Amino acid sequence: MSDRLRSSGSIRRRLTIQLVGSAAVLAALLFLIVQTFTRELAEETHDRILLASATSIMDAVSVRAREVSVDLPYAALSMLSNVSDDRVFYRVMLGAETLTGYDDLPVPRPEPRAIGAMFETLVYKGESVRMATTVRWLSRNGVSTPLTISVAQTRTGQTERLADLTRTALLLGAGFFAVAVLLAVWTAQSSIRPLRELAGMVSRRGPTDLRPVTRPVPAEMAPLVRSLNSFIDRLRLSLSRSEDFIAEAAHRVRTPLATVRTQAENTLHRIERPENRNALREMIRAIDESSRAAGQLLDHAMVSFRADSLERTPFDLTDLVAELVNRLRPVADLKDIELFLEISGPHVMSGDPILVQNAVRNLLDNAIKYAPEESRVIVSLAGDATTHVLCIRDAAGGFHEDEIDGLTERFVRGRNAEGTVGSGLGLTIAREVAEAHGGRLDIANTKDGAGACVCLHFPSA
Amino acid sequence: MRFLLVEDNQSLASAILDRLRLDGHVVDHAANISLAEEFVITTDYDLILLDIMLPDGDGRSFLKMQRDHRSETPVIVLTARSEVSDRVGVLDLGADDYLTKPFDFSELEARCRAVLRRRGGRSSNQKRIGGLTFDPLSGLLEVCGLEVPLRNKELRLLEIFLAAPDQIFSKARLVDRLFSYDEEVSENAIEVYVGRLRKKIAGSGVEIQTVRGLGYRIRLQ
Repeated sequence: MSDRLRSSGSIRRRLTIQLVGSAAVLAALLFLIVQTFTRELAEETHDRILLASATSIMDAVSVRAREVSVDLPYAALSMLSNVSDDRVFYRVMLGAETLTGYDDLPVPRPEPRAIGAMFETLVYKGESVRMATTVRWLSRNGVSTPLTISVAQTRTGQTERLADLTRTALLLGAGFFAVAVLLAVWTAQSSIRPLRELAGMVSRRGPTDLRPVTRPVPAEMAPLVRSLNSFIDRLRLSLSRSEDFIAEAAHRVRTPLATVRTQAENTLHRIERPENRNALREMIRAIDESSRAAGQLLDHAMVSFRADSLERTPFDLTDLVAELVNRLRPVADLKDIELFLEISGPHVMSGDPILVQNAVRNLLDNAIKYAPEESRVIVSLAGDATTHVLCIRDAAGGFHEDEIDGLTERFVRGRNAEGTVGSGLGLTIAREVAEAHGGRLDIANTKDGAGACVCLHFPSA
Repeated sequence: MRFLLVEDNQSLASAILDRLRLDGHVVDHAANISLAEEFVITTDYDLILLDIMLPDGDGRSFLKMQRDHRSETPVIVLTARSEVSDRVGVLDLGADDYLTKPFDFSELEARCRAVLRRRGGRSSNQKRIGGLTFDPLSGLLEVCGLEVPLRNKELRLLEIFLAAPDQIFSKARLVDRLFSYDEEVSENAIEVYVGRLRKKIAGSGVEIQTVRGLGYRIRLQ
């Protein structure tokens, strides 16, 4: 069955992939957020220090007798050097005149009346610098002149710190991802566990175990299990119906046949004219043929059905064969055929006794039917630790050597069977039973060529 | 012998009754289980022939009831079912044997004889003619007090002759009684068996006479 079932992928794999995918997206997002946030935070801190430095310079500006003088406070620059080894530039301008500092530092021209702080990032002396500018308006000679103080610092340390932060964020993201993958695998594993348990339980069942599944299952699986149970129910019903049907069909066919046969036999005893008697004999033969065929077809259907789902129980082949032989003695007596039984000791095998009995009965039926009057049919049962061999030898003249291979095919009858009623299913049934038990059927002629020797081999265990 | 036939199919039942009476047996017929129960209360039977599928129940329940009441009457089940498990089932319930419909009458006779013999019975209707004593049930033939072994076909041939001494049986009729219909047998085969039987009953004062052109009959010399 499972070979024919096309797989549409594994739930566990799909669940794992989806969970790991979501974890990857979340980890990337986490990394971006952490990185952006820390970058902003670092920049803001840097800006504040730059501004604080500029403001402290501004505080040190004194305007005396219209003279503007700057006494650069030590702290103004040391607070920057605390942060890193970056180079620091500054420029103090009154109007367009540089009071002190680097006079080529490109300071933004302040808007009229603008006060407060301005920040910008620019390239100075071939390096990227961050610059804070603060403006104060001084009133001189009735003209308001801007006092601009700019403090700039290169960003090497800043970049290094940012790289550090990025690494940390990356590590954080990766760690989060690793933990998420482990959780995803565990989640996928545990969510399909009930499914796997159910599958295991159903597949461990014996072929004839048609009880409904009663074990508690998760709510999501309940519809599946309910459908499975109703399917099992329907199967059981249909099996018992077909068994009843076979029994009923056999009854309907065989009872009228029995009536016709008995009436024909009775009539045969009352009439004398040879042509009428021959017609009646033909009739009886036809009835026998159809009833035997019907019986063997039903046997064959039963054998195929039971062999498909072979249920093994240990039983003693010796008892089974002895019982069958005793039952067939009256039939053999009718032809004065002696049934010889060569058995010693028990021969325990494991299998379906009903099937084995059917196979042996078909072989014995054949032997008695084809053997001549007053001959012997020898049934022998031997074997070793691994195999039981049941042989039936008759004196019916044997098979044509060239036919032996094809005899176990359905509806094939040997040339020696011409003129005798039969359906050609007996050997097929015997072979199928043997093969269902892991054994085989051997057909040969006896050494002296006087008859056939048909052997069933069954494994012991 | 006295038979009870439990069979609901009227035409099959009358055919079987016809046949059993032809062989000189006394047969009662019950078409269902309740009738059969009445019959077994009032009469002792030598053998019961029992169908399985009956209008008022399963023949197996009748069989079980018989055995529960410790009735020793042998039962042969006539079943239309071919399932092996069914046949095994009836034997477990205490049936002595079973036959699958349609059945060969000689097989039914053979099985009846086998069942009755297994029960250890000797029939009350031993045939005596001249110096010959024959028990059809056990198949025992005594000639002047000495036991003579008989093969099955010889036994059945003797039985047919002794059922109607002095009556002439044609070869064709004897072939029908002795051989199954699925084999082609020439009428001359009968001569072989008649010849053997003649040897076995020699000295008993009884002979099998050939009536030219008609057949054979048994009679006192």
